[in-house]
Amino acid sequence: METILQEIGIETYLYLSALLFCIGVFGLLLRRNAIVMFMSIEIMLNAVNLMLVAFSTFHQDAAGQVFVFFSMAVAAAEVAVGLAVIVAIFRNIGSIDVDQLKNLKG
Amino acid sequence: METTFVLLLLLSPFVGFLSALFFAKNKGNLAGYIGTTAVFVSFVFTVLLFNQVNTTKNPIHIHLFEWMQLVDFKINFSFLLDQLSLLWLLFVTGIGTLIHLYSISYLHDDENRHKYFSYLNLFLFFMILLVIGSNLLILFIGWEGVGLCSYLLIGFWHTNQNYNDAAKKAFIMNRIGDLGFLIGIFILGYVFNTLDFVELKQAVIAGNAYSQLEWVGLATLCLFIGATGKSAQLPLFTWLPDAMAGPTPVSALIHAATMVTAGIFMITRLDFMFDLTPAVQDLMAYVGAFTALLAATIACFQNDIKKVLAYSTVSQLGLMFLALGLGAYQVAVFHVITHAFFKACLFLGSGSVIHGMHGEQDIRNMGGLRHKMKTTHITFAISTLAISGIPPLAGFFSKDEILLVAFHENTLLWIIAAIASILTAYYMFRLLFLTFYGTFRGTEKQAKELCESDGFITFPLVVLAVLAAVGGAISIPGNSWLENYLKPVLSQATEAHHLDATTLTLMATAVVGALIGLGIAFFKFIKREEVPMTDDRIIGFTSLIYDKYKIDEIYDFIIVKPINLLGSFGKNVIEPNLSKMIFSVDAITDSLGNQGKKLHNGNLGFYLFAFVFGLCATVYYLFFIR
Repeated sequence: METILQEIGIETYLYLSALLFCIGVFGLLLRRNAIVMFMSIEIMLNAVNLMLVAFSTFHQDAAGQVFVFFSMAVAAAEVAVGLAVIVAIFRNIGSIDVDQLKNLKG
Repeated sequence: METTFVLLLLLSPFVGFLSALFFAKNKGNLAGYIGTTAVFVSFVFTVLLFNQVNTTKNPIHIHLFEWMQLVDFKINFSFLLDQLSLLWLLFVTGIGTLIHLYSISYLHDDENRHKYFSYLNLFLFFMILLVIGSNLLILFIGWEGVGLCSYLLIGFWHTNQNYNDAAKKAFIMNRIGDLGFLIGIFILGYVFNTLDFVELKQAVIAGNAYSQLEWVGLATLCLFIGATGKSAQLPLFTWLPDAMAGPTPVSALIHAATMVTAGIFMITRLDFMFDLTPAVQDLMAYVGAFTALLAATIACFQNDIKKVLAYSTVSQLGLMFLALGLGAYQVAVFHVITHAFFKACLFLGSGSVIHGMHGEQDIRNMGGLRHKMKTTHITFAISTLAISGIPPLAGFFSKDEILLVAFHENTLLWIIAAIASILTAYYMFRLLFLTFYGTFRGTEKQAKELCESDGFITFPLVVLAVLAAVGGAISIPGNSWLENYLKPVLSQATEAHHLDATTLTLMATAVVGALIGLGIAFFKFIKREEVPMTDDRIIGFTSLIYDKYKIDEIYDFIIVKPINLLGSFGKNVIEPNLSKMIFSVDAITDSLGNQGKKLHNGNLGFYLFAFVFGLCATVYYLFFIR
């Protein structure tokens, strides 16, 4: 059976994954809104997930797919915690601009 | 059976120490009764063991366990109870019991009684350990332990800074001697590869020592230095008179009867070793003789009742060392025993006087006490007669034997010793007359309140006075029980002196000498009723002797001052410079840290940038450079 991977080729997936990762990194570096930074991190995570499933299919090994499900479940949990942290920060300083979080300055 | 006995004998005072310290606080006389009982138990077991050894003539060896082993060098934790140690134990525990009993009354209103009795018990524990140890190291444990207890008890009234200083002085001076002792032990261990007394003796008899005689000589010299520290001989004797700061029963037990004789015990234990080195023996004899003379002259001009007795102790110890140096070990032991009796009695008597006079120690403020303190007076007088060498009391026999040995060996030493014993008679009768005769010179209040001490105090006095009177019977010239008793433990007993014309003449000379001393004292202090001058009127040579030949000042000048100078050099020059060096290291670290601190500016964006940059750099390095 001809898979979708054979039609498009694995390189395209890798490029897409790398592109997504870079978008995440730049979003993280350039934006100061905590929620946007958080979304950037999620994009980076999903870029890696995408690469994982691409290679999993390429190697005909279902273990990679299973891992991605795990990592997504963990990411969902992490999002819950992360959003709670952001809410707590907002309640404390009335803003979610990370530049205002300087209490741990050395 | 024997092991149990010996362990009970040893541990009874230790149990007494623990229980008095922890369970007898604020419980009145309980501590005193615990302490007295504990020591009395030791005394009973000592008597049992003494009887056994005296009949069987076999020393008791008790091996507890092997303490340490280095290749073939072994040290056992074991005890040796032979004739010598049992003799010592008898008078240590016997007089110890009496003095505990005495202390119950003497310290009846002291709030720290429990500490006092626990220290006294601990002292006896260490003293017993010292005496029954079968090798030099166990002896050394006891040696240090009694030093510690001496320190604790001299400074017992620790709120007085002078007393603390006296305690420190005693401790530090003993430390100097102990260093010598320790080096001596090391050398003997090196030469003979054992520290056990029996094995050492066998090695010496087998002749192993002759090839290394110079090392043995050094070892005995070091051991002798240790003995001069503990037994208060020149040049380390100045701590003993200051040690009188402690309570009077302590002076009687530790600084007259028992601990200060530890040096003599140690040398008698190692007599075979000292016999190999005649030069050290000569040194010992001369040091002893000069100490005896020096201390006797100082004693003639002291006005503190306890100081006189302290210098008298130093002087008598000097005579014992003279006997040791002349190789007459059993004579020295004899004098140790009689001295323990009469000196303990004298000290306890002086304690009774001080107690009656409410802390007064200056004999210029006493006088005429014989009417009010009859028992104290009679016992004190008997002991004075005994120490002065008036026949037939104990001191006559023992001192006479020393003089006899000295006469046969070395005329110069005999003359010195004879002068010292004439002076002994003089200063002791001076003390007796000024304290108990003449008219009372104290305050009205003291005169009114003056009375005899109670039974706890007078009973030990009476027992000791009786012993001081008849104690000489253990070694009557010509028929000496002591000599036969000690024969198995001494390597070469000096030949018994027969009652020939020379001996009798010497005895007569000694008695005449003692009577001369007595006579001078009688003439000065009874006939003419002289009283020693007040401190500010003493001038010239007298003041030099009164100030103890300024030996303390000399030591202060040649030892304490330079050490203080060295200390202040270290404090003012070395320490600031060292600090500077260390602080410069600190400054470097500090400035580096301040630079690094700037990275932690709290800006999350910067952190993320650094993180991503670092990651990229790592990836670049891993995939492109390598």
